[in-house]
Amino acid sequence: MTSQTLLEIKSLSVDYEAASGTVHAVNDVSLTLERGHVLGLAGESGSGKSTLAYAITRLLNPPAIITNGEVLYYRRKNADDTAPIDILELSRSDLRAFRWSELAIVFQSAMNALNPVMNLEVQITDVIKAHNPNMGAGARKERALELLRLVGIAPDRLRSFPHELSGGMRQRAIIAIALALSPEIIIMDEPTTALDVVVQRDILSEILDLRNQFGFSIIFITHDLSLLLELADKIAIMYAGRIVEMATREEIYRQPRHPYTRGLLNSFPTLRGPRRRMTGIPGSPPDLRSVPPGCAFHPRCPYAFDACPKIVPALLHIPTGKATPDALVACHLYDPSLNPDGAESVLDSRPDDHREASQPPQVELSASSDAGGEQ
Amino acid sequence: MRHLLRRVGFYLVALWAAVTFNFIIPRLMPGDPAEAYIAKLQGQHVTRQEMDSIRKLFGVNPNVPLWRQYFDYLNSLLHGNLGIATSQFPTSVIDVLRQSLPWTIALVGVALILSFLIGTVVGILVAWRRGSWYDTAVPPILTFLSAVPYFWMALALVYVFGIGLNWFPPNGGYDVFNVTPGWNSDFILSIVQHAILPVITLVIGSLAGWVLTMRNTMITTLSEDYVMMAQAKGLPERRVMFNYAARNAILPSITSFSISLGLVVSGSLLTEIVFNYPGIGYALYQAVQADDYALVEGCFLVIAVAVLIANFLSELVYTFLDPRVRREGS
Amino acid sequence: MQVTNLTDQNIDSSSILSSAKGRRRGILSVLTSNPKIAVGVGTVVFFVLVAIAAPLLTPYDPNATVVNGSLPPSAAHIFGTTGLGQDMFAQIVYGARVTLLIGFTAAIGSTMLQVFFGLTSGYFSGVIGDTLNLIINVFLVLPGLPLTIVLASLASANAATNSNDTVIALVLLFTSWSYGARVLRAQTLSLKERDFVAAARTTGESTLHIIFAEILPNEIALVAATFVGTFVYAVGAEVALEFLGLGNTSQASWGEILYWAEANSALIIGKWWQFVPAGLCIAFLCAGLAFINFGIDELANPRLRVERSRRGRLLSRKSKAVVQ
Repeated sequence: MTSQTLLEIKSLSVDYEAASGTVHAVNDVSLTLERGHVLGLAGESGSGKSTLAYAITRLLNPPAIITNGEVLYYRRKNADDTAPIDILELSRSDLRAFRWSELAIVFQSAMNALNPVMNLEVQITDVIKAHNPNMGAGARKERALELLRLVGIAPDRLRSFPHELSGGMRQRAIIAIALALSPEIIIMDEPTTALDVVVQRDILSEILDLRNQFGFSIIFITHDLSLLLELADKIAIMYAGRIVEMATREEIYRQPRHPYTRGLLNSFPTLRGPRRRMTGIPGSPPDLRSVPPGCAFHPRCPYAFDACPKIVPALLHIPTGKATPDALVACHLYDPSLNPDGAESVLDSRPDDHREASQPPQVELSASSDAGGEQ
Repeated sequence: MRHLLRRVGFYLVALWAAVTFNFIIPRLMPGDPAEAYIAKLQGQHVTRQEMDSIRKLFGVNPNVPLWRQYFDYLNSLLHGNLGIATSQFPTSVIDVLRQSLPWTIALVGVALILSFLIGTVVGILVAWRRGSWYDTAVPPILTFLSAVPYFWMALALVYVFGIGLNWFPPNGGYDVFNVTPGWNSDFILSIVQHAILPVITLVIGSLAGWVLTMRNTMITTLSEDYVMMAQAKGLPERRVMFNYAARNAILPSITSFSISLGLVVSGSLLTEIVFNYPGIGYALYQAVQADDYALVEGCFLVIAVAVLIANFLSELVYTFLDPRVRREGS
Repeated sequence: MQVTNLTDQNIDSSSILSSAKGRRRGILSVLTSNPKIAVGVGTVVFFVLVAIAAPLLTPYDPNATVVNGSLPPSAAHIFGTTGLGQDMFAQIVYGARVTLLIGFTAAIGSTMLQVFFGLTSGYFSGVIGDTLNLIINVFLVLPGLPLTIVLASLASANAATNSNDTVIALVLLFTSWSYGARVLRAQTLSLKERDFVAAARTTGESTLHIIFAEILPNEIALVAATFVGTFVYAVGAEVALEFLGLGNTSQASWGEILYWAEANSALIIGKWWQFVPAGLCIAFLCAGLAFINFGIDELANPRLRVERSRRGRLLSRKSKAVVQ
């Protein structure tokens, strides 16, 4: 924990209680988010990433139960005031005050996240009114217009209803609502998945511009790892409710360690470079009601050995040298006591999966960038 | 706007269908209700004119072609001539209807408003506190209550409260013996007194429908993303419940209002019979007992028109509440 | 009364058969898995058995006068006797046959009409579909019970059709089919856009086959629910007609019992046993049917189910997700 730390999630676990058994949707997850940074959360459907995001502000409803963990939030402003608050322990009224003013969420489907019977102005101003009761109606409207300007929606759309807006506009609208109280953290749950790639690119670059302008942190949830490689500062990969790898995006790009990450990176082609045979990941994600024993990924892993079905791998620290933080991997290949030969020798034996060393793509997503193609 | 015109057109078609039913049915029935009706009138003093108009209504004259009969019939209707009530000779059908209708409208109107309000609010609360003890207890109790036939419920209430405990008068619309009609407080008080049991009967019978519809749509609505977003925004609980959830959940209730209306109308018919309440339902009952076909048909027509109007109004309300409908022409 | 909340938006036939354990199950396990359905089915089966076993349950002939006048319940006559001196219990158990039979016949016939009109008007677009839709909507908006009364009343003018059970069933059929037809139509409209229908058309299957062999099986839950709902309506309307004197007054059925009770002013003179048994039977039967429908609602719309955790509703100290 440094003074740059904004949010610290410690050993968070979320269960779903069903008649057919208990599902561990999120299993002992620990993460940190630094100020002004983008943390990417990647994984397939059912990996627990959305559950994790909603659990942070206690938005989950029964039968979901948070069974363990802390979510520590380091208040802004005071650098010397390092005592964090645990969001999970907040009283209901404190929680309500915390929500949106400190942490806002951009939902995946804007069409579903907007109230169909209310116009845009009301949906923007009611959250302002709830948190700043002293602000007058005129000031609220001004703020609403300012927010629309920020995201690029024409002011005459202020009183439109959601069904009167296009898909891209709706997504911009919920981004505008998210910015209303200038929060410190914005969680974005697949914000562009439902849009076509052109609009997707525009919105992502606008998001980054806004981040640069206002300095908030983002937790960006997606199944599209390629997106995170361009966008995120740090990336966490989730599988079957656990974090299986976490590292900076350079590390992930240049030296993916977990076999699952390697599989994900091999699942899309590069625009340049030599032609490679595409390999996906055989099999499908496990049903969370019956997770495979030991490492949940072992049935699909090309490198699995005898320890894998028996022992659940813990997150191991791998020093990356330099000033960059350690990479974390939950894989027995990196445990010297279980795999004395070392991971590289095992991985090198499959030349197809070895990634070419090259520069990761640039950060900027503005139109002039050519990046490294769709990586 | 176009949407509205289409709906008006539809209701006009439905009205035409109701009117045509009344025309066709007596002519299709084996045997001849018309003859029986006419026969009843033989012993009475009926003017030639009245006989003619009755013939038009029932088409007793086989020499006149069917389409001609139809136009005569429509003509009579437009002039407000629905025949003569043989059971209440010499009162014309239209006069009987005019006297009975206000009673029914008042009864049904009050009962509907009450059961809608109570039912919707209870439905919202029960859905909000999902899984609690009253969510487990209330729906089955209400289901049972609504399955009890309206008139049986009415009878039970009459027996317990009207006769047994003598809290409320068991029948009639007002106290015919002691009170004179008019705008005096005695009369109005008497009306209210006599209306309490019938209204309670109707409310209990229809309450379950509102509660359960509201509860089920609320539960579905509560799992929508926009409700979750409202909670994520840190809005006060009441605002989330009413402006985000209930405001959307109520739309299907209004759509099903038309069906509820049909049921309440039927229920009110039977309730009026049990309570001897002087509305359309009671008039219909007496007409059936007396084989007064003209009055039977007249009652049907009035009820049909009232139901059509109420349905149309509920569609207007829906259009007002749901902005998505206003825009599209469908 | 509201008997089902199934609409085209929330129905999912496949989820009914693959509920709970996540696999396809037989009819019997479906029936017993949901408590509401179990209670409802149990109630209905009970009444059916009573009706079938009527001669075994009572030595009396329901129409025979056994005593003079109306006696309160006693050891010899469990439910007392009617105003005409007939044994009330015998009337109830034999009457169950008539009531159930009329209701069932009307419901079956009505459901067939519903399926026909609903599916064809949903599948065919253009003039055919629109016309059928118009017919459905017009019938829907005309008030049911008053129409039923008018029809039954006019039928009673003629000796051939007077107080005839079949005629009553037909009248009920005529006025009850439109609601189910509309629901099925809505469901068909959304189903016909699905890929499996397009696939069937591409392989050259006949329209009849597509409608009844491809689309209909996907709507089974809805058809079942509307059948049950129609049954409830039929029983209620049948009882109402009989109460008004439009039924066969010389035969014992639950509605007739109430008719005679009213005719004999039983309430005023305090002979409650002439009303109570029949009314309760009707209420329990209709409630049982309504429960079946609510159970079908829950099976089809998983969100309505209340998940019961194996360990009961445990909320540990750490469970902070219950904010609401």
